[in-house]
Amino acid sequence: MPDIITIVDIVLLALLSITAVAILMMRHLFAVVALTGAFSLLSAGLLVTLDAVDVAFTEAAVGAGISTVLMLGTLALTRRRESRPPRLSPIGLLIIIITGAALIYATPDMPKFGDPNAPSHQHIIPSYIKGSQDEIGIPNIVTSILASYRSFDTLGEVAVIFTAGMGVIILLGRRREDEHGYSEDVAAYPLVDEGKLEIDDEAET
Amino acid sequence: MRHHLVLRVIAKMLIPFILLFGLYVQFHGDFGPGGGFQAGVIFAAAFILYALVFGDDQARKVVPDKALIVLVPLGLILYAVTGFYGLFLGGNFLDYNVLLNSPKAGQHIGIFIVELGVGITVAAVMISIFRAYAGRTRAIDDEDW
Repeated sequence: MPDIITIVDIVLLALLSITAVAILMMRHLFAVVALTGAFSLLSAGLLVTLDAVDVAFTEAAVGAGISTVLMLGTLALTRRRESRPPRLSPIGLLIIIITGAALIYATPDMPKFGDPNAPSHQHIIPSYIKGSQDEIGIPNIVTSILASYRSFDTLGEVAVIFTAGMGVIILLGRRREDEHGYSEDVAAYPLVDEGKLEIDDEAET
Repeated sequence: MRHHLVLRVIAKMLIPFILLFGLYVQFHGDFGPGGGFQAGVIFAAAFILYALVFGDDQARKVVPDKALIVLVPLGLILYAVTGFYGLFLGGNFLDYNVLLNSPKAGQHIGIFIVELGVGITVAAVMISIFRAYAGRTRAIDDEDW
């Protein structure tokens, strides 16, 4: 009788596979976006069974929440149906099968899950686990690594998020205040026809 | 979305709890799971939910664009300034040990400020990105979906 975590893992992975196949089959992009959100939520559940609660948090909030909303926003700007169904390419299928088989072949060589003697757990992790208590005094080791030991990396990550946000704001944002707003690329989409007409009227006066 | 009564009532009930949970994840990140990034995303999710249900214009009254454009760099600056402050006090860049009298107290306050910076920038960026998308389309009728 396998333990309960194994059963939960099998169920979650089966649901993940079903969702992935359904995403591949769907042509209506609204349903695809909804299923992508479900996929993220299932991944978050899987991460919880791996005791990676911090990552599960992020996956649930970003993957299932915000990115789903952003995908819907993108759909509103473009079309909601995939234009042409992709054809099944035999070469692509062959490459995927070979790569997948190689990955599965390599899996038994990996250290067992949670093995304390695994190389990745031997290098610097013991000193982090010890130091988090002695040097930093914070129970959550993930936080002490992210914010203190690897503070430099986190600063870089925040800078990346800042840059990404600024890029989107500069490229897409500030449309309403923009006097010349609704550039041609936006006008090309049927949804904003009215907006384009308004701008044209203003341009003539 | 004026006629979606159930959505409006449930969203109104949920949003305070989402915000509170965001604050908990932010300030309890030293002890439990979570931290600045997760808290920022959860906090932003509450504002995005508000904008989805009550409309983008209404949400812009709650957090104006001008406030967002200040908050996006503020978190990053807060983070970097904490690093430089340690440098001025005689430590290394981002060395929290020198921030207060004892190294452990310094680590605590350093991590607290740095995580706050991460949370501010992430929340502001997430809301900004959502607005950049939402601001480009007019409201869509339910039938269009």
